[in-house]
Amino acid sequence: MAAAGAARELTQNPLQKTWEPYDNGLPAGHSAQRGVCMTNCPTLIVMVGLPARGKTYISKKLTRYLNWIGVPTKEFNVGQYRRDLVKKYKSFEFFLPDNEEGLKIRKQCALAALNDVRQYLSEENGHVAVFDATNTTRERRETIYKFGEENGYKTFFVESVCVDPEVIAANIVQVKLGSPDYVDCSNDEATEDFMKRIECYKNSYETLDETLDKDLSYIKIMDVGRSYLVNRVMDHIQSRIVYYLMNIHVTPRSIYLCRHGESELNLKGRIGGDPGLSVRGKEFAKSLAQFINEQNIKDLKVWTSQMKRTIQTAEALGVPYEQWKVLNEIDAGVCEEMTYEEIQENYPLEFALRDQDKYRYRYPKGESYEDLVQRLEPVIMELERQENVLVICHQAVMRCLLAYFLDKPAEQLPYLKCPLHTVLKLTPVAYGCKVESIFLNVEAVNTHRDKPENVGVNRSREEALRTVPTHL
Amino acid sequence: MAAAGAARELTQNPLQKTWEPYDNGLPAGHSAQRGVCMTNCPTLIVMVGLPARGKTYISKKLTRYLNWIGVPTKEFNVGQYRRDLVKKYKSFEFFLPDNEEGLKIRKQCALAALNDVRQYLSEENGHVAVFDATNTTRERRETIYKFGEENGYKTFFVESVCVDPEVIAANIVQVKLGSPDYVDCSNDEATEDFMKRIECYKNSYETLDETLDKDLSYIKIMDVGRSYLVNRVMDHIQSRIVYYLMNIHVTPRSIYLCRHGESELNLKGRIGGDPGLSVRGKEFAKSLAQFINEQNIKDLKVWTSQMKRTIQTAEALGVPYEQWKVLNEIDAGVCEEMTYEEIQENYPLEFALRDQDKYRYRYPKGESYEDLVQRLEPVIMELERQENVLVICHQAVMRCLLAYFLDKPAEQLPYLKCPLHTVLKLTPVAYGCKVESIFLNVEAVNTHRDKPENVEISRPTEDALVTVPAHQ
Repeated sequence: MAAAGAARELTQNPLQKTWEPYDNGLPAGHSAQRGVCMTNCPTLIVMVGLPARGKTYISKKLTRYLNWIGVPTKEFNVGQYRRDLVKKYKSFEFFLPDNEEGLKIRKQCALAALNDVRQYLSEENGHVAVFDATNTTRERRETIYKFGEENGYKTFFVESVCVDPEVIAANIVQVKLGSPDYVDCSNDEATEDFMKRIECYKNSYETLDETLDKDLSYIKIMDVGRSYLVNRVMDHIQSRIVYYLMNIHVTPRSIYLCRHGESELNLKGRIGGDPGLSVRGKEFAKSLAQFINEQNIKDLKVWTSQMKRTIQTAEALGVPYEQWKVLNEIDAGVCEEMTYEEIQENYPLEFALRDQDKYRYRYPKGESYEDLVQRLEPVIMELERQENVLVICHQAVMRCLLAYFLDKPAEQLPYLKCPLHTVLKLTPVAYGCKVESIFLNVEAVNTHRDKPENVGVNRSREEALRTVPTHL
Repeated sequence: MAAAGAARELTQNPLQKTWEPYDNGLPAGHSAQRGVCMTNCPTLIVMVGLPARGKTYISKKLTRYLNWIGVPTKEFNVGQYRRDLVKKYKSFEFFLPDNEEGLKIRKQCALAALNDVRQYLSEENGHVAVFDATNTTRERRETIYKFGEENGYKTFFVESVCVDPEVIAANIVQVKLGSPDYVDCSNDEATEDFMKRIECYKNSYETLDETLDKDLSYIKIMDVGRSYLVNRVMDHIQSRIVYYLMNIHVTPRSIYLCRHGESELNLKGRIGGDPGLSVRGKEFAKSLAQFINEQNIKDLKVWTSQMKRTIQTAEALGVPYEQWKVLNEIDAGVCEEMTYEEIQENYPLEFALRDQDKYRYRYPKGESYEDLVQRLEPVIMELERQENVLVICHQAVMRCLLAYFLDKPAEQLPYLKCPLHTVLKLTPVAYGCKVESIFLNVEAVNTHRDKPENVEISRPTEDALVTVPAHQ
């Protein structure tokens, strides 16, 4: 990348519209694009904590968040390796500290998982690996730390400490009773066995210590987020991870996502712009108000974009709402207010490129889905902090938010179905999110355009327009 | 704000282009605009720590940051109240724990400061007050907490704990030797007296305790940021404050800000667009490369926007650089690539509105300076994390960044002088920032348009254009 002497020529990438240097007509080692965090060396996140302290919950959530913001992340659950190796779980006795056979198998699983970590980070271009196991002894953590050093990874520990018996009991109900380990047990049997399992770890548990572990990088989460101890944050990605972990909570709540009511431009099959609601759109707004009332939601916050159509929709609710500019619809640049037919007419190459990679495609003088995700990150962070929220937004924006909650990868994100006049109610449950789709019974145009079969730049007009939904 | 029944009509604010509901032709209690953190009740930040632990440094920096992101904040330094009351500082003996007269005066000052806090938060629309004093006893902190409760403020404590004698000595040199208290002393005399002053506090110092203070909201910063203890973060603004405090550091470094080299559109007096460098602009890029080399900067990071002109400028440096989309120039919407003459011709009303409130003015289908600050916040956060950085950006962007470092208010920000071909070197010193301006001796057009005298919408063309700089 360091080419002393004459400045290299720049060429504009036709898909993402980014400027890249080239040598002899070929893209040179191009300058880094700050997606989010340019992780120079991979990061190994190591979970620490007794069973039922939320380690897997945190691992999965953190992995989901990092992937959504564009940091390739994967979690490695050692318990899962154990389940794959020891087909049938018998009882807590497997975890007794003097069970030689058990110890041998558990160590084998940990090493197998670390091996897969190494493959992911060093051979498969992973940026972050989350090593999800109890890791409750200083000795085990040393082994992992050395592994990280040998491979050139930065290691960051995440410990969850909790002594509240109610929290632990709730965790057991939420995620342990349904575990494959207890598929043939009654709830009482499972709970009893699991409590004994926890006991197996307690005697040898060495919590991260301010003095003994002062040279490690870590965050200790206490009592489900009441307080945190943060030590030696080394870089940008660790700083982002800490910020995220400090903002999430486990209080039950629901997030409602919907689009504005049908707009005048929707009716005409035109994209973008800042139109008002159509007659049916206003009907929807009233139906939404009724729906929200019936749901009887405690302390509901309502958010809109700064575009007229979402604000008009919120107005019908008769409650206070907050306008966020970052919730505005994707900027279609030169294609704003065009129909797909007009885009095909005027920009056939652009139209084809968009179908080739809809996530990364940036409209000329506009944005891409990838840009949208960057701009929506503060919304996600605030949604994590909040409890009951209704977000009235737009098609592309809603797809991005939905992809975060449902852990959909970049390839699928731009094709998620978010029809008009339909509310999605998301409720966190166990390790994921329950989705309820509620159509509010006011007809609207379909604005969903599927990926056509032919995405070649030489395709015919007909092939390009085949999947365009009908409009006026 | 809660008007049940028919949805209110919307009108678009001509300055900010935001949609607001109105009743009978008048703006109604408009929906909240999410600037950043909608602080419902004011926040009282209370500093805690022995002298020379960085309390005032943190107070001032935090205040500057919060004001920049749009949260009205003010700091109240009790030491300053003491200096105003006791005209001449004699010696550390004023601070002896058994000095009745001293104690009386110090309590009086604390109460006077709290009274001003109350006025600022409850009568002057302040959102955050930073109460900067040692506050080292639990008793004093209780008094302040009660004061907060009585007035409906949320209280958040920020404690700085440091035992490293080198750090303390460095602090004394940086900010104490030059204090008004020691204006007639030699450095040795001042240091000796100050060390005794610190001793006066040590016996009664009660650090924030995990158990005794478990119900308070606070962050304890240890060893200048090596580790942090965070307890009971209550809301969005506290979360942002914690994130900011965890990202700042005191390692000496410099930040270099400059614009791209002169562009083809600059020459023609046109704004925005995505043009390449002019001949002189390319000359500047080479001069910049030479300048950077001569500065011999350790581990310099180079950042650009995603616009061609900044990238071309960086290319001449022959070092790796990172492209940030959020560093792109302000989007002038429908006015992109126009001259000021053309804007006056086509949008005289817009042109006048912009002159009336250049900070809040949003171009139609474009952005405002206020929007820019929101979008640049992650850049500021990362600049705080980094050490030596060169940011090659644009006029409006550079004004925003500069306003942050030099603590310039919103009214002045859009008129800060950021000429082409001039590097600003910012070096943190004491409580502020030293600025060195280096013109790299390659001529360029002037792109700075001062605020004209006549900003009325009915002004003649001549009045509107009188401050437009010369161009081709």
